[in-house]
Amino acid sequence: MDHTGIGRRGALKAAAGIAAGLAAPAVHAQGAVSLRYVGTAVNQHQGIKEKVKEDLGITLDYIPVTSDDVVRRAVTQPNSFDILDSEYWMLKKIIPSGNLVGMDAKKIKLAGEITSVFLKGEVGGKTIGGQGTAPWKVLYLPAASAKTFAPSQTEYLTLIPTTYNADTLGIRPDKIGRPISSWAELLNPQFKGRASILNIPSIGIMDAAMVVEATGQHKYADKGNMTKAEIDLTMKVLTEAKRAGQFRAFWKDFNESVNLMASGETVIQSMWSPAVTKVRSMGVPCVYQPLKEGYRAWAAGFGLPKTLSGRKLDAAYEFINWFLSGWAGAFLNRQGYYSAVLSTAKANMQPYEWDFWMEGKPAAQDIKAPDGTVMEKAGAVRDGGSFEARMGAVACWNAVMDENDYMVRKWNEFIAA
Amino acid sequence: MSSSRPEPVPMPEGRGAATLAAPEAVLEAGAVTVPKAGPVAPPAPVLAAAPPPRRAWAPLLQAAPLWLVLLLFFVFPLLATGVVSLWNYTEYSLVPDVTQRNYVEMFEGCGTLSDGLCTTFRTYLSTLRLCGMVWATTLLLGFTVAYFLCFHIRSDGMRMALFLLCTAPFLTSNVIRMISWIPLLGREGVVNHALLAMRLVDQPQDWLLFSEFSVVLAFVHLYTLFVVVPVFNSMMRIDHRLLEAARDAGASAWQTIWHVVVPLAKPGLVIGSIFVIVLVMGDFVTIGVMGGQQIASVGKVIQVQMSYLQFPAAAAQAVVLLALVLVIIAVMTKLVDIRREL
Repeated sequence: MDHTGIGRRGALKAAAGIAAGLAAPAVHAQGAVSLRYVGTAVNQHQGIKEKVKEDLGITLDYIPVTSDDVVRRAVTQPNSFDILDSEYWMLKKIIPSGNLVGMDAKKIKLAGEITSVFLKGEVGGKTIGGQGTAPWKVLYLPAASAKTFAPSQTEYLTLIPTTYNADTLGIRPDKIGRPISSWAELLNPQFKGRASILNIPSIGIMDAAMVVEATGQHKYADKGNMTKAEIDLTMKVLTEAKRAGQFRAFWKDFNESVNLMASGETVIQSMWSPAVTKVRSMGVPCVYQPLKEGYRAWAAGFGLPKTLSGRKLDAAYEFINWFLSGWAGAFLNRQGYYSAVLSTAKANMQPYEWDFWMEGKPAAQDIKAPDGTVMEKAGAVRDGGSFEARMGAVACWNAVMDENDYMVRKWNEFIAA
Repeated sequence: MSSSRPEPVPMPEGRGAATLAAPEAVLEAGAVTVPKAGPVAPPAPVLAAAPPPRRAWAPLLQAAPLWLVLLLFFVFPLLATGVVSLWNYTEYSLVPDVTQRNYVEMFEGCGTLSDGLCTTFRTYLSTLRLCGMVWATTLLLGFTVAYFLCFHIRSDGMRMALFLLCTAPFLTSNVIRMISWIPLLGREGVVNHALLAMRLVDQPQDWLLFSEFSVVLAFVHLYTLFVVVPVFNSMMRIDHRLLEAARDAGASAWQTIWHVVVPLAKPGLVIGSIFVIVLVMGDFVTIGVMGGQQIASVGKVIQVQMSYLQFPAAAAQAVVLLALVLVIIAVMTKLVDIRREL
């Protein structure tokens, strides 16, 4: 992967220089520091922003973009942010660009307390499925400015984990009326014209691979890193389903997925956990259905651009340390995500909340969203059960394949079919 | 739109004024539609054949700002796109190079027809088919609306009021105008409820949404005005006595429209067509949202490639798309010489 000549960074240096020049006057010589925070909207909550301002005096400037744009920003405009909220699979594209700096583990107070999901790929002593770009494969760098990953633990972390979760299918139990237990149901002709997947190639193809395996058509060595033949096979299965009219629509962002499900256009589709919560809070029954083949997981974390220095760098570390110290973790756990340092989050949650979200126990009282609306009535149980049950059943992680170019071409072919 | 306003409405009495105003409007409209050629070309001959230096510099300087703007924001990006389309790329970097890779990969499998059409041809066919349907519908609707405004509304005030009414939807964003169709057309939407209540159908109709129908509907809603305006502009110039003469000569209403109004409204029809075709060929948002992301379009392919950092591949697609659209426009302007007929 050695590239000669002008890299993308070189080509865009002029543009970035102009951007930096424009941004410079906005930085105050003294007084409050503000950090430009690029990421998907997943972690960018108003509540966190207000609390950070209150506790640290740091202003967060949220810049929400789509998953694909996080990568594009990190690779092409490294001067346009101070903190990057990236997913681990994106690192396979971002780290070789050299735009992120390895984070000094010594400056992260709770680095040793980070959950074993990241450090060892284990939960409750059980090994987690590691197909795809599992976070522990891309957690460390050999040096602060390295462009490759370290095979074992070092002092330099690529990202400090923030949130992670296990994804599965969302269903409308009222419209389906029978138990759903396998990924194979996504392409069951019974749901013709009422199914949907994401039109984000790298994630959509993983869901398709779960279906292909569930129907017994093929067993992948690694769903997150298919061979060309495997990509062909997976796309063939998807194409046949598309031609037969299986899919109502494909969705590309959070709100689209909520609308499809809430309006009854689809009854079974790939979905993200908070989208299911949103549908439910609209009064529409929706279940985040655990399936016997397991979950497709993802994990996100904070990375720092290598251009960061001085007060901003200190502020960024201060913010990250604060993020792990419990308040934010509790905030995220209450949304259905999981936080990186569980012990501090637990200290910031009510025992009944911890039991419901993390232990999979029936809710002792009504579970409320951060804004105070009731999300779950007393007695409800979380879909999929406890943290250990859910994370323990992960089959694969969001990934970037070696044959990514080929896969994207095949995906375009599938959309045109 | 603006060029239609200063011109007096050609009533039979004010005919002198109308014929006088026409040549000015030609120049004005010509300058608007072809900004590259109009103001930029004249300085060159002046420079070549001008001994007195002072006079030679003045027009050049006057044209310089526009030159600069066009160079920076039109010529340079276009050249850059062309150059990048020949580059190579990896997951995370662009490699300056002269390679045919992007074009070769784009047309991979297009030589043989045994496995059906290749992706690129299928995508272009799908885009062209949508474009054709939208074009035909907007042209028909736009012509009808403009005709009604021009020849059936008697008072100028009323005509202007109705014309402004046509532009009212443009006060909201076009994304909102597009998305607001979704709750109407959905499986449990208003239209399906109405159809079921009237017992016209026994089950909800799926083809209303996330189909070619909904895509065309949204496009027609968004772009009909782009046809109405230039056609209206052309029609307002038609001397009403021509219609009277046609009637006197025994032409039926349809014959008058076909042999008198349509030929005289041609420049407007062509300008409107260019707007619609250019907008539809490059679109990916409307086709994505209304087609449920299931319908292929060239714009969508480019967008996917851009989001996976395959800029050279996207640039190659853009170059091919640009060439195709330019050919379409060239053919249309060959059929009707806009500048002469205006």
